[in-house]
Amino acid sequence: MHPFAYVAPKTVSEAVSVLAEHGDRARPLAGGTDLLVKARANVWDLDAVVDVKNIPELMSLSINGAGLSIGAGVPCCQVYEHKDIQEQYPGIIDGASIIGGIQIQSRAGLGGNLCNAAPSGDGIPALIAYSAVAKISGPNGNREVAVEDFATGPSRTVLENGELLTSIEIPKPAANSGAAYTRFIPRNEMDIAVAGVGVFVQLDSEGKKFESARIALASVGPTPILAQKAGDSLAGKPVNDESIASAASLAKDAASPITDMRGTVDQRKHLVEVLTGRMLNQAIERARG
Amino acid sequence: MVATFEPKTDYKVVGTRPIRHDGYDKVTGRAIYGGDMKLPGLIWGVMVRSPHAHATIKSIDTSAAEAMKGVFSVITGADMPKAPSKLVDLGEGNVNFKWASNKLMADTKVLYRGHPVAAVAAVDRYVAEEAARKVVVEYDVLPAITNVVDALKPDAPILLDDLVGDDLGEDVTNTNMAAHVRHEFGDVEGAMASATHTIEREYNMQMVHQGYIEPHNATALWDEEDRIKVWTSTQGSFPARTQIAGILQVDVSRVKVTPLEIGGGFGGKIPVYFEPIAALLSKKSQRPVKMVMERTAVFETTGPTPGARMIVKLGADSNGKLTAATADIWFEAGANPGAFIGPAAQCVYAPYEIPNTRIDGWDVLVNKPKVAPYRAPGSPQVAFAMESAVDELCEQAGWDSLQFRIDNASKEGTRRGDGVLFSKIGMQEVLEATKQTDHWNSPIGDAPEGKVRGRGIANGYWFNIGLKSSANLSVNSDGTVQLTEGSTDIGGSRTSMAMHVAEVLGLDAHDVRPVVGDTESVGFTDVTGGSRTTYATGYACWQAANNLVDVLKQRVAILWDVKAEDVDFKDGVFISNAESAKTISFKELAGKLEDLGGPANSTGAVDLESAGDGFGTHIADVEIDLATGKTDVIRYTAIQDVGTAIHPSYVEGQLQGGSVQGIGWALNEEYFMHEDGRMANSSFLDYRMPTSLDLPPIDTVLVEVPNPLHPYGVRGVGETPICPPIPAIANAINDATGKRLYSTPMNAGSIVESLK
Ligand SMILES: Cc1cc2nc3c(=O)[nH]c(=O)nc-3n(C[C@H](O)[C@H](O)[C@H](O)COP(=O)(O)OP(=O)(O)OC[C@H]3O[C@@H](n4cnc5c(N)ncnc54)[C@H](O)[C@@H]3O)c2cc1C
Repeated sequence: MHPFAYVAPKTVSEAVSVLAEHGDRARPLAGGTDLLVKARANVWDLDAVVDVKNIPELMSLSINGAGLSIGAGVPCCQVYEHKDIQEQYPGIIDGASIIGGIQIQSRAGLGGNLCNAAPSGDGIPALIAYSAVAKISGPNGNREVAVEDFATGPSRTVLENGELLTSIEIPKPAANSGAAYTRFIPRNEMDIAVAGVGVFVQLDSEGKKFESARIALASVGPTPILAQKAGDSLAGKPVNDESIASAASLAKDAASPITDMRGTVDQRKHLVEVLTGRMLNQAIERARG
Repeated sequence: MVATFEPKTDYKVVGTRPIRHDGYDKVTGRAIYGGDMKLPGLIWGVMVRSPHAHATIKSIDTSAAEAMKGVFSVITGADMPKAPSKLVDLGEGNVNFKWASNKLMADTKVLYRGHPVAAVAAVDRYVAEEAARKVVVEYDVLPAITNVVDALKPDAPILLDDLVGDDLGEDVTNTNMAAHVRHEFGDVEGAMASATHTIEREYNMQMVHQGYIEPHNATALWDEEDRIKVWTSTQGSFPARTQIAGILQVDVSRVKVTPLEIGGGFGGKIPVYFEPIAALLSKKSQRPVKMVMERTAVFETTGPTPGARMIVKLGADSNGKLTAATADIWFEAGANPGAFIGPAAQCVYAPYEIPNTRIDGWDVLVNKPKVAPYRAPGSPQVAFAMESAVDELCEQAGWDSLQFRIDNASKEGTRRGDGVLFSKIGMQEVLEATKQTDHWNSPIGDAPEGKVRGRGIANGYWFNIGLKSSANLSVNSDGTVQLTEGSTDIGGSRTSMAMHVAEVLGLDAHDVRPVVGDTESVGFTDVTGGSRTTYATGYACWQAANNLVDVLKQRVAILWDVKAEDVDFKDGVFISNAESAKTISFKELAGKLEDLGGPANSTGAVDLESAGDGFGTHIADVEIDLATGKTDVIRYTAIQDVGTAIHPSYVEGQLQGGSVQGIGWALNEEYFMHEDGRMANSSFLDYRMPTSLDLPPIDTVLVEVPNPLHPYGVRGVGETPICPPIPAIANAINDATGKRLYSTPMNAGSIVESLK
């Protein structure tokens, strides 16, 4: 591991200036559960590590009429232990509560999960399904990016040198909506997704028809994927096995996985179809309350 | 003459469950493991490893590393003493110093990915790592061989130019085949031809790793007197000493090995990896050198157990009796010879009585790490093939597979596939006990929608070994006893040793304080392996305790002014035969020893030729998600003949641990290799061992058929339980889905594939 300076700024602007100074030889540190593993594996030679956990703005978690705001450094356990989030955003909870075990969850956050940009990031598909937006600050000011556009490749994001994620903003879910995320792993926990599927559905007031849906996939492409066609196909369709099966099949088509030690192309595409069906059913159940 | 013992039942200590003596230190984190080692002036050693699985070394330039500030020494293959080609038995497996030396540090060729080509010692780990990156090595990359079929092709690249293979007694050169052995009895072809039912199948298994949590480590000091002191986590301080001395070409008495606590081994910590290298670095640096392995290197360069290709053919008559069997077994040795085909031959048919048998085994070199013993090395592989074939034969013929196993069970007098005749064994008792279990007699229950359930059984066998052990005792004035024994403790054996002594002396288990000695404080003791420790070292402890009683009788004789022959000892009390009223307890006597001749010590030493065979049968229930192929083991029972369970909790622990490792091997574990010989999944993230969340409670049934070869009837128990799980799960999967899998791992992907 290359020796690095540890910096703990108290404001976003301080953080931005340190990051800008070192360019790609500095990185923000949230929970550190990806960063430290990679630094020790010599993935990078870092000169500075910028701890964001002393910046109040990045550690705040708030939920109100407009929606949910998750600071970039907030650990998963604070998210899934929050009563209102449990009630209103079950899909977020599904993701946040399976990242690692309890020790990991007390450090690891959704912000770090998003910035780490692993195709398998378990926190990301539900954020995409809920139409979440990433708030970014940098030397040239602030900007916002839809979560589905945030990752640009494995371990690569839209962030430029000097930029950092400040929070993730998730709109308030519409009435009669529900969401869910699951992944397939060979073991029961402490594992990495062979395929993951997050869905959001909005039904009509009777719960018989889809108003809209969003389906997002993990581990079946270079980044988490918004399966736009699959989700859109459900708008206006009756809630039945046929609609679900055809959306699942479209989700399968949206997957572009590779064969590796974790699974083959066929297995992963097959899993996307199976899991999409299962998650749509679960989200429907949640939407109907 | 081998001593035999009558079974007893009136034990006071044997069969109880005292808290382990090392328990407090372990749960409070105070126990000293290899990684905790600190010495004044300690520096760090780091290996420079080959990125290629197969290549010739064109040049090594260490000058930049040597010039770095903080670097004390750099060594390469040129610094390795030339060890002769000499085979030495290590109890479980053996070692040829020449190959062992070559495995630790490459000479002119690298033979597996991660093969060390140089080593650096520096002031701390980070400087050493930085310096290791500055060693420049030029390679000519060669094609890598990753399986036995490719290795034996006529035009295959040859790993070791100077290998002389043994093909049924004939020398062969220019080969990747280190050995081909055969055992044949009866008229195999005739019996197979006249069999009513036959089956022939091919089975393939990937390499798997022992997966101990503690990585390999060593600290060594080559001192000014030319003595080599080594502190390490090992499964045998004496076998480690043998290897270190052999590889470094020094007398064994120049090497002192101090064993530290060990965080798992399962056979994988019998071979040494860092010890001789740390010693050479120390010699050059004149400082103690510590090395701790990275997890990736643990996977890429230590362990594993052989991957295998096996073809098994069985023949049975119309009455459901096995009449003939053949097995062709190709095992991956890794980069040097030694793939455990001997044990595979011993184990393959052991649970069955079969009159006509043939076994052919091949020890084959591939560009993967040299295999190391892993819990019953070679036996789980052949159990997968044999027990799957037995089940499929029963299925074809319409026979009940448990009854078939009972009807064909081996017993006293049965000839094992390699020719040995069994003495008293417990296979039939185990199978009868299986039939009586609650598990076997309970319905499996309905699976939830989309899932199916199935049940499978399978047998497993390990022959167990005896060999050499030593123990010393001395009496403390407070009536307790100090025990120093030579077996490093990986499974709670210290407590079982103390219990052997306590039983003889009529003491509480905690009145005996057991310590694992270093190679200069206790007599020679073989490995903690081969399921020998409680059996053989326990025997030595029993012997030492009896010798101590003899010593103490003489002290009582002084006290009472009688002849030692007139002193009896029973339940912790010395009794006078001459004057029946006279008694003195062990504790009371201990307090008086100062005036009765002073220190009372004794010793025990054994060399046991045979050990008593271990048989087990397991029952596995699985539930499979038909859409994803995910398999959960929902109920599991391990039944085994354990002789006498000295400490039943540790015996149960062995059965459970072996079962769990077998379940992991069955379902998910594998060396997933790239074509160029790199392991793709060299981390615990992608090398999937089961966690506690992936397992049901493992029920155990201890069948106690006392072993006549041990004073308390102990039988080795540690290895047998890893043998049945793989076929039990294969049989359960077949029961659930109607599809049989012939290769491991039987993971979700292969199950979905089989259902297409
Ligand atoms: C044992 C273990 C189990 C795990 N299990 C899972 C799992 O089941 N599922 C899963 O998805 N992941 C898993 N992970 C990976 C990891 O825990 C998650 O990705 C986690 O969400 C990362 O969050 P963090 O806060 O620790 O990020 P960090 O490690 O602090 O950061 C991750 C990356 O994001 C960058 N970064 C952090 N904060 C910011 C910011 N504000 N702005 C810009 N860049 C930033 C860092 O520089 C780094 O590159 C596991 C990791 C471990 C060690």
